[in-house]
Amino acid sequence: MSAQITRTLDLKGLSCPLPIVKTAQAIRKLQSGDLIEALATDPGSVPDFEAWCTTTGNELVEQSEADDVFRFVIRKK
Amino acid sequence: MAVREAELEIPAHEHEDQHKHQKLVIIAWSGDLDKVWPQMILATTGAAMGMQTTIFFTFWGLFSLVKDGVHITGENWMQKMVAMMDRPGMEHLKLGKMNFAGAGPKMMKHLAKEHKVASPGELLEMARDLGVRLVPCQMTMDLLGLTREDMIEGLGDPVGATTMLLEAQDAVTLFI
Repeated sequence: MSAQITRTLDLKGLSCPLPIVKTAQAIRKLQSGDLIEALATDPGSVPDFEAWCTTTGNELVEQSEADDVFRFVIRKK
Repeated sequence: MAVREAELEIPAHEHEDQHKHQKLVIIAWSGDLDKVWPQMILATTGAAMGMQTTIFFTFWGLFSLVKDGVHITGENWMQKMVAMMDRPGMEHLKLGKMNFAGAGPKMMKHLAKEHKVASPGELLEMARDLGVRLVPCQMTMDLLGLTREDMIEGLGDPVGATTMLLEAQDAVTLFI
């Protein structure tokens, strides 16, 4: 990937609502345009991250899954 | 004509709904673990979603805000008895059903730890960090003889039902 990831959050093993809450806490410390990477194992985090990005206006740039780990890359609004 | 009116109504309605999505009011009346948990989960999630979130703690819900080290609250013997029968504080919550003298909550907390579900106390900390307003009910404080000294730091000023209903007018409101 060309753009630099500013912060990576390891949210593996955490259950609802922690992946979203911890992402919301972490993204406050970033600048607009910064990329944050979140790694989660909670299957509910897939629709949750989509919904969270829609409602907060942060952009879900990338979403993938490998070895039961869901990876989200979000650009801060 | 009727169709036209209906058409006109839609945008106004949509606007109202849009506004409603920005605010969340949780009326936390229960002090049972099985209710306090969702109170905290929904409050942190609402705040994480950028909703202006307020929890109004009233009746048994207020006991969650009592400092952990405080066992007995109240000024007269009846208020003290209430606290003795039901120890206040976030770490001493009971289940509304299947409490089994504390075995129920113990099992729930064990399961939660295993599944990495945050405890109500941890979620309360996160809620505060995300700017959730924690507002105690003045009437219940008087009723139970609770003072500000009995309660955790960082609470909003105690208010009454009117203030809270006004706040709830344009908010998604949950009664838990």
